[in-house]
Amino acid sequence: MVARSSCCAIWFRAERSRVSTPHSTSPHGGALSGRGNGLRIQFNDIEKRYGMRLALRGISLEIAAGECVALVGHNGSGKTTLLKIVAQLTKPSRGTLAFYSAENSVPLEEVKSLVGMVGHNTLLYEEMTAEENLIFFAKLFGLANPAELSRKALQPVGLANRASDLVRTFSRGMRQRLSIARALLASPGLLLFDEAGTGLDPEGQHWLGTTIKHLRDSGCTILMSTHGRNETQEAVTRAIRLEGGRITHDSGAGGNPNEVLVMAAVRESGEEGQQ
Amino acid sequence: MTLARATSVILAKELRTEFRSRQLLGTTAVFVLIVIVLFSFTFNPTSTESRRFGPGLLWLAFLFAGSLMLQSSFLREQTNDTLAALRLAPIDPFSIIAGKMAANFLFLLLVEVILLPVFAVLYNVAILPVLPQLLLVLVMGTIGLAATGTVFSAVAAQARLRELLLPLLLLPVLAPVLIASTEATIGVLQDPSELSLVWLTFLACFDLIFLTAAWMVGEYLLEE
Repeated sequence: MVARSSCCAIWFRAERSRVSTPHSTSPHGGALSGRGNGLRIQFNDIEKRYGMRLALRGISLEIAAGECVALVGHNGSGKTTLLKIVAQLTKPSRGTLAFYSAENSVPLEEVKSLVGMVGHNTLLYEEMTAEENLIFFAKLFGLANPAELSRKALQPVGLANRASDLVRTFSRGMRQRLSIARALLASPGLLLFDEAGTGLDPEGQHWLGTTIKHLRDSGCTILMSTHGRNETQEAVTRAIRLEGGRITHDSGAGGNPNEVLVMAAVRESGEEGQQ
Repeated sequence: MTLARATSVILAKELRTEFRSRQLLGTTAVFVLIVIVLFSFTFNPTSTESRRFGPGLLWLAFLFAGSLMLQSSFLREQTNDTLAALRLAPIDPFSIIAGKMAANFLFLLLVEVILLPVFAVLYNVAILPVLPQLLLVLVMGTIGLAATGTVFSAVAAQARLRELLLPLLLLPVLAPVLIASTEATIGVLQDPSELSLVWLTFLACFDLIFLTAAWMVGEYLLEE
């Protein structure tokens, strides 16, 4: 049994030690803390096929613990498929995926409890209140004191005063903030953002970018897919460009991600211009 | 987390969202009431006539209720891709299906309980003396209806032409349940009343086999 990582135990901590050291603050004033215990991921020749179409072609890659990796590329390049495979929402047609916490291999059946995901879709129930949503997901993750946990989780995302409001009354930005609170409930060691900034106004993008920075600083491994150039990319420590299901550019673990990000943004805008 | 615990959490969520919006229950109850009322005009509802036609009409109305209710069981999870959120949780995938099955069973049973008195009055059938036997048949038949419907709803939700696909998949599989339930109801409503153990055993076996199959393939049902 691998101990649950709590590198992303920002703002609050569920059922685990309370040794958080608030060394930074969230955009809404909550304390951010972490132990630098993100997951390391190893992709070995991952291939994903949907019928006759190959979505991923032989992806071999290693992402170190604590890295903040941006997956860039145009629509259909395989970014979301790769994230879904990491989240275990879909299985690769070929190849293997391995997760490590510190130097210990994490069994695949335990990985789900260490992963949080924020998508373009909010993954929230509109007919439930913000608090009910968080309590529901906290229960599904088997966390202790779900009610207390959800109240604490709403503070740093600035939704404490809207806890009893139905999610359908929320703006896109508020939904996305709640979505992040949901993803962080179980203090994941790996966070996946699938075009989480899409549809957010500049203020929302700025908030998301700052939040990702705080999460990265807390030691959480972050894998996110993005489009164009936006503020969510400021926290990125590595950029990988996918095209046709293959990795075409990788800035590497210690490299400069900006070159890949700029190149991807230029190509995307060029393609949009041609269309 | 145990299967039972995860199932109960999902069941509670289903009940909460449905009783809050009352979208499904309200629509379905009104729809089946209209069906039953309309059928009552088609023949003279003497006791003898009602015993002959009543059980078939009753289960036809339940089938309509099921078709309406089950269709949206997994479709609702597509609004914000909440099915993905459920699948991200470290729970047995079958608990998602089991929670929805349990919710659909309760919703259908509630509609049936609302419908029964109306049926008894409009069709001139005395159901009070045979109520326990009738409820037993309803429960057994509804388990089959909810179990098959929920499984095929999960399959259809991820397909194109999903509204068309569910009835196409569901009706052939449901035929044995509907026949057995109707036959058992005929036995209960006839004079003298007789609870057919053969049809009840058939329903129990169907329910058991289908629930076991759903448990075995639950993970694959939800995968994209």
